[in-house]
Formats: sequence, C-alpha cells, structure tokens
Amino acid sequence: MTTVLSTSRPPSAARIALARTALELRLFSRERQQVAFAFAYPLVMMVVFAAVLGGDERPGDIPFAQYFLAGIAATGIMLVSFQAVGAAVSAERESGQLERLQLLGTPPVAYFAGKGGQVLVTTAAQLALLLPLARYAYDVPMPVDLAHWVAFGWVAVLGALAGTVLGVAVSALPGTAASVTTGIAALALVLQFFSGVFFGFLELPGWMQQVAALFPLKWLTQGMRSAFLPEQAGAFEVAGGWEHGRTALVLAAWVIIGLVICVRTFRWRRTRG
Amino acid sequence: MTTTEVAPPPVRAGAAAPAVTVRGLVKRYGATTVLDGLDLDVQRGECFALLGPNGAGKTTTIELLEGVLRRDGGTVQVLGEDPARAGRGWRSRIGVVSQGEPAGQALSVRETLDHFASYHARPRPTADLLDAVGLTGQAGVRVRGLSGGQRRRLAVALGVQGRPELVFLDEPTTGMDPVARRQFWSLIRELGAAGTTVLLTTHYLDEAAELADRVGVVSGGRLVEVAAPDQLGIPLRRVATVSWTEDGTRRRVHTETPAAVLRDLLAASPHGEVPGLTVTRPSLEDVYLSLVGATPAGDL
Repeated sequence: MTTVLSTSRPPSAARIALARTALELRLFSRERQQVAFAFAYPLVMMVVFAAVLGGDERPGDIPFAQYFLAGIAATGIMLVSFQAVGAAVSAERESGQLERLQLLGTPPVAYFAGKGGQVLVTTAAQLALLLPLARYAYDVPMPVDLAHWVAFGWVAVLGALAGTVLGVAVSALPGTAASVTTGIAALALVLQFFSGVFFGFLELPGWMQQVAALFPLKWLTQGMRSAFLPEQAGAFEVAGGWEHGRTALVLAAWVIIGLVICVRTFRWRRTRG
Repeated sequence: MTTTEVAPPPVRAGAAAPAVTVRGLVKRYGATTVLDGLDLDVQRGECFALLGPNGAGKTTTIELLEGVLRRDGGTVQVLGEDPARAGRGWRSRIGVVSQGEPAGQALSVRETLDHFASYHARPRPTADLLDAVGLTGQAGVRVRGLSGGQRRRLAVALGVQGRPELVFLDEPTTGMDPVARRQFWSLIRELGAAGTTVLLTTHYLDEAAELADRVGVVSGGRLVEVAAPDQLGIPLRRVATVSWTEDGTRRRVHTETPAAVLRDLLAASPHGEVPGLTVTRPSLEDVYLSLVGATPAGDL
C-alpha cells in the first residue's frame, strides 16, 4: 500500500488526556503503599488529633474535631495533588517515561490533564472516606445546606487543581527524583504549619499568617472551614469573615500561574551534565 | 476533506528521496564539541548502522534526528522535514525503540500496548504486535516481571505500533545475553524486510555486520567511513603482515603484495624453511579499531 500515509491525523489532546487519566488511576490503584498513604493518612490524623486534643475547643466554642476536619481535608487534598504529583512526575522523568511521551509527540497539556483527572478522582475518594469518619465517629456536622456543599465542592476542586499544576511545576526543580520528592515533602510540611492546618490560624504569629496567605493551602483550609463551621465562626477569621471571593480568586490565580509555569518550564527529559 | 489519492503528495517528492539527509551537523555541550560536521544519508528501506565507540556522538546524532535536541549547526532532513521544526504529523511517521520504562511497572504487557495505541492514528492491533515480538505468552505479565530481553522486545513493539516509515534504535542490544541478542536481531531483520527504514546505533561490530545494509563509522564527531559491512576498510584490509623469525628475533613486514615477499623469503632461505612464518590480514575488528583511532593503521 502506498496511499495510507498522511491520511490519518494523530488523536486529539483530549483523547490522549482521557487515556492518560484512565492509566494514571489504574497505576495509582496498583501501588498499595501510595493508596494506603493517600487514603489512610487523613483518617489516622483525624483519629490521633481527636484523641489527643478532643476535649479542646476552638474560638467560637467550636469542638476541636469540627475545626480540625477542615484542616485535615485541606492537607489531604494537598497530599494527593501537590505532593503525590510532584513526586510522580519527577520519578516518571527519571525512568524515561516522559521521554517516551515526548517521542510520541504527546501534547504536554494532555499529560497535565491526565494528572489532573487522576487527582480529582483520588481527592473525591479520599474525602468520601474522611467525611463519614468525622460524621459518625466524632459527630462533626456536615455542611448544613446546599450552598455550603457547593462551597465545599469548588474549594476542593480548585485546591486539587492548584496542587496538581504546582506539583508538576516543582517537579522541574533540579536533582534526582528522590531529592525532589524529599524537598516537596519538606515544603508541604512547613506549609501545613504556616497555614493553620494543625492549629487555629489566629493563634499563629502575624508574619506566619502573612507568609501563608501567599500560598494556596491557607485559602484551601479557610475555604474548608467556611463549609464545615457555623456561619458565626467566620468572625474569628483574620478578615472577620469567610472571604469566599478572595479565596476563589487566590486559588484560581494559583491554578493559572501554576499552569503557566508548567507550560514554560516543563521538561520531558532530565537535563544533561 | 478529500482523500490522499486526489491530493498531491506533500513534501515527499518521490519515494526515492532519502529518508535521512544530514550535512555539516554540529552539536556542542558547553566547550565540548560532540558532533563536528557530520554528513549522513540514509536511503528509504535501508538498514543503516552508526558504528562507533562510546562517546563518539552516535546517540547525540540520533537525538538530533528525532528532534529532541537542538543542533548548533548544519542541516537535517528526516522524511522531508527538519526535525527541529516538525510537528505531530511528522512524529507519527517515525518510531523510536526507547530504552526508557514504558508506562509504569505495574502495567501488564497487553495493558501497556493497549494504552499506547491511543496515541496513534492507526495503531497495529495489540495481538499482532504481541505475536511479532514473541510476547504473546507474556501478555498478562506485568512489566516489572519481564526479563531484560523481554523488555527490549516490548520496546520494539511500542516503537513500531504506529506503523512508522523510519525506526530509530539506539544501542538496542547493549547488555543482552548472546541468545537474546540473536533473537533480537531476527526481530530487527523482520522490520527491514517489511520495508521499514531502520537507523540503529551500536558499538558492536558484529551487530552492524549482521544487520546493516550499510555501516557508517563515527569517530570524533564525524562519519569517517560509510560502506557495506564486507566493504568496510578495504584499503586497510589489503595490507597483510608477513612475519617470521630470523637469528632469534621476530621480523615483520607490512605489504600489499605478500606473495612477492614470501618468494623473496623462500629464495633467501637455504633449507627452504622459514621458521615461525605467518601471513595475516587485519580482521574486520582490527579495521574498525583503526578507523575509530583505537590503534594506529601502521600496526595492523
């Protein structure tokens, strides 16, 4: 046959993104350690912190478990997005998987979208385990009405997407996959303390609050509080309210900034030398 | 959109146009010049081997032809396009047998092939690929459980999945045991038999001789010789070495006319016997080592 060439165009980026999402989910589900860590970590945190500090109350007479659920949900999302994606991308680069994708002419956006799809599904599964635990074991009230569920939804999605693109972005840092993974974990840990995941945000020193306000995790945590805490608890936030507009703006800005960084700095292969 | 039978063929002006044309290719890493004016032509349907020691610039050449590295000088045409500017349409016409991990160790062979099928417009059916590379029995085995040789065969299947016109193989058998190597060679020969143009790099002379229609010897960032395997280094191979023992010392003469030297020797020897007489010609390996500068030509 001599006429078969050039008749067929390569599949669209969207089709490859779908295939990649399915692939990422399948691979994720087969890495037992990863699954256990992603799903058990928030549950264990909930159990441990509730056992240790269960009697405490947070500003506004909020039971500790209720206040803390927002922090765990946020930190869990960061774990499966930012931390897991950053580690996975640098490992895939090191093992030559990304080089193969480059040689196949894969549009980078299709690769990012595959990661995003996997993160969204994983985040949903993680929250679907965490919320019932909080509700039935610790009597934490769920979002009171549809508006609160909607807030919970968009905060989770924007947070997960910001984490994903920033995870891809930091994977471009120099070093081996192991050192990049360690660096990301350290950064995530510090950010968790700065962003009031483990404490009431108002208990943190002012400079820490200001540093945290630059990063998405603080806004993700605050947004989660707005979904789980009663309306009047908003008075105990830094700005005296939930700041939904600003939360959406900062998280969306991070998604866009992260995407621009990805597109600009993404490398399929390790740099030479 | 009309079909291609109606549309004039695009850049591919005549099937006789070479698959690869390279002129004066230059690549530097910092102060190190890896390629220093390399010229190369690969014809359609040919199996061409770039032969050279490690560090000669073979891999760099391949990566420039694949369009994943930027060159510092020269011109490159692969399937009628400049790889540095070519898009996905061009990429779908080349295949690369990559040493990198496919798509995760936890995926089975069949799952891996099925996944990568979605990157191609007209993928070869997974069952055909499994059969062609002899992995039908391992279809359900996860990549992590494959032997080194089986992984390379999977890499070949992935490299030809999109029905490429030109396939690149960079040191495809390095580290393989002799049996796996021979099986792998027959796989590459089948590619060539199907009309696919094959460009491979190797530092094994026997591999180049076994597989290639033509061999290009790379040394010092240039192509120092191009010939059919049995024509490689003909001028060097014409020189024979006649050696014998005379008065307890070893004597050695390099000559293109060993018979004449022998006649003189026999005439000069009173008993008709020349102690320790040998006549040797350089092996293909000797010629190769001389071409890449590992041994001076005079020592052959």
